[in-house]
Amino acid sequence: MTTSTFKPAVPAQPAAPPAAPKRAGRRPGTVAFLMLVPAGVLILTFLLVPIVLTFGLAFTNARLISPQPARFIGFDNFVRLFDSDTFYASLRNTLVFAIVIVPVQSAIALGLAMLINVKMRGVNFFRTIYFLPVVTSIVVVSILWLFLYQPNGLINALLANVGIQGPDWLGNPNTALFAIIVLSIWQAVGFHMVIWLSGLQTIPGELYEAASIDGANPWQQFAYVTWPGLRQTAIFILITITISAFALFSQVNIMTQGGPLDATTTLVFQAVRTGFQQQQTGYAAAISLVFFVLVLVVSLIQRYLTREKDAR
Amino acid sequence: MMLVAAVPLSLTACAKGGSSSTSGNEESGGGGTLTLWTHSAGNKNELASIKTIVDDFNASQTKYKVEVQAFPQESYNQSVAAAAAAKKLPCILDIDGPNVPNWAWAGYLAPLEGMDDVLSKYLPSTVGKYKDKYYSYGYFDVALNMTSRKSVLKKYGIRVPTVDEPWTGDEFMAGLKKIKDSGDFVNPLDLATGSTGEWWPYAYSPLLQSFGGDLINRNDYKSAEGVLNGDKALAWAAWFRGLATDKLMPLKSGADPGKDFLNGKTAILYNGSWGAADGRKKFGDDIVFLPPPDFGNGPKIGGASWQWGMSTNCGDNTAGAMEYMKFASTDKYVAMFATSAVAIPSTDAAAATVKGYETGGENDIFRQLSKKFAVVRPVTPGYPFIATEFTKTAQDILNGADPQKALDQAVKNIDDNQEANGFFE
Repeated sequence: MTTSTFKPAVPAQPAAPPAAPKRAGRRPGTVAFLMLVPAGVLILTFLLVPIVLTFGLAFTNARLISPQPARFIGFDNFVRLFDSDTFYASLRNTLVFAIVIVPVQSAIALGLAMLINVKMRGVNFFRTIYFLPVVTSIVVVSILWLFLYQPNGLINALLANVGIQGPDWLGNPNTALFAIIVLSIWQAVGFHMVIWLSGLQTIPGELYEAASIDGANPWQQFAYVTWPGLRQTAIFILITITISAFALFSQVNIMTQGGPLDATTTLVFQAVRTGFQQQQTGYAAAISLVFFVLVLVVSLIQRYLTREKDAR
Repeated sequence: MMLVAAVPLSLTACAKGGSSSTSGNEESGGGGTLTLWTHSAGNKNELASIKTIVDDFNASQTKYKVEVQAFPQESYNQSVAAAAAAKKLPCILDIDGPNVPNWAWAGYLAPLEGMDDVLSKYLPSTVGKYKDKYYSYGYFDVALNMTSRKSVLKKYGIRVPTVDEPWTGDEFMAGLKKIKDSGDFVNPLDLATGSTGEWWPYAYSPLLQSFGGDLINRNDYKSAEGVLNGDKALAWAAWFRGLATDKLMPLKSGADPGKDFLNGKTAILYNGSWGAADGRKKFGDDIVFLPPPDFGNGPKIGGASWQWGMSTNCGDNTAGAMEYMKFASTDKYVAMFATSAVAIPSTDAAAATVKGYETGGENDIFRQLSKKFAVVRPVTPGYPFIATEFTKTAQDILNGADPQKALDQAVKNIDDNQEANGFFE
């Protein structure tokens, strides 16, 4: 091994052959294009084409199963949609879910991330435990919690020990959405914890040292060192949690099918139910379109807000 | 974002259709090989019976060869819909009874020609008939019943009803109240309201029919007005909700109502004939399988289970598929299949040879219930839609929605859907 005598300063000048630059200007373009093709084809087939189809189908009476061809019916689907109580229930539940999930889940995730961001024996054990629900299929998690939420299930049994008569969590319109929110946070919080953790680990330890020399207490350290250092992570987490919150479907489909009394129906659930069980492809496309616009608007607002703050 | 909703589903649909259709495609080339699809992948006994029938057919002649492809039940209907959209249906397939009119109307199913004589001997609820043509037949049916124990009924002075003399609605309710007042049972009645999907129209629309209502007016299948939201339907709704509010049954049944009955938590369980074996094992002779009460229009139970049909995608093999359908419709196979599925054989001749279903046999009661009280779900291509509407409406009513408003909304949705499809004519 002679590497110890090797001087790292050398590569500064020579590495590239002199004739390369001109050709390199064209070849990376072709190569980049070729590398883009697989992803491009996939995005085109599974993203752009379905979006365009949805736009088209939303204005027809297309059916999943029908011998008759789809007919253009203008805005009929939308008129019907905006006249439907279930739609407003879905919209309300989707928004409530997102408004609760976004702050609560990201805060809990941050708390967990700070708890496990310590150099201590066995910390990997806790990291694994907190992350475990994320790698478990949401279907499995939903079925598991379905049992926990039974009127005589584990949760109510625990409550009974302290003298509380627990409700039928999923069968009661007042508690069903709350129950789904709790389970959703439990399942997904580990994912955002890991992202927070990666953000925390980019903050240099010297900053904390300097802060403590200046006499900053833990809260001040968090407010003036940790939080500003997490800005980019926070934006990323805000956007990903919002998007996944809007897409709530599996838990509802497995646990409550939108009931009781529309207490847990969501836009995505309503779209899937309409399109597949009720075979109304056109109407389901209209719901998807409304959903698309909703998410687009919210994302644009978030983009606008976060960008402005960056510029300041 | 819409992709989150739409794409994964269409992806799975494509994937399922795609992977399974390869052989379906080759077959229509006319090599004499017919593909057969069944939903029975998860049921060993049923699948073994299907394979026996197919092997017998393949051995009986040399012209055609049938190949079995089995699917899990959960994804079966989607697979068929995807295959149909891609025009890659198998030649022979099984279908859940109430979907037959929908698929026949959509042109997925071909009528079974020249089988009228054979199929007229089948229980009416085991053949799929649409617009006076046979499209499917099944080897068996199952029968819902009120399962209880003689000793329990005797203790509370409740008469043991018979097929000829069922409980009246009032008699039934009085009995339930007595059981409830004793406090001996957690659930005087359990209607298994925790189940989802097709169970709701299958189990609860017959109760509605016993009250005199229905899912849709069966004269012309154009509207549900008056039958699903009339006085009789409202009476049904009030009764249904009342069972829960009066604590005669749980609002939402436990995870396994069958077990609750076996463990003595439930006095009377609304259950299918499939629960008979377990019940007998636990309670022996004490167990009784009773007709559901007569709420004015006679006792009713749901009819029709899985059935066999032939697709319109057979090409050169249509004759071969027809030959298979005829070959497989004999009493011998009905008896064999009903035995493996532990269900009611479709024909009298077969029933005579299946242990327990002969006249006076221990399972004869199920056959009688099926023969006397079975009502098939509405024979209209709009049925899948009606089923989802009824399910949601009944669930909402049970949870306290205003019955008139909920039923009116269901009627409006059903009528709109029938009309939007030109009444499926």
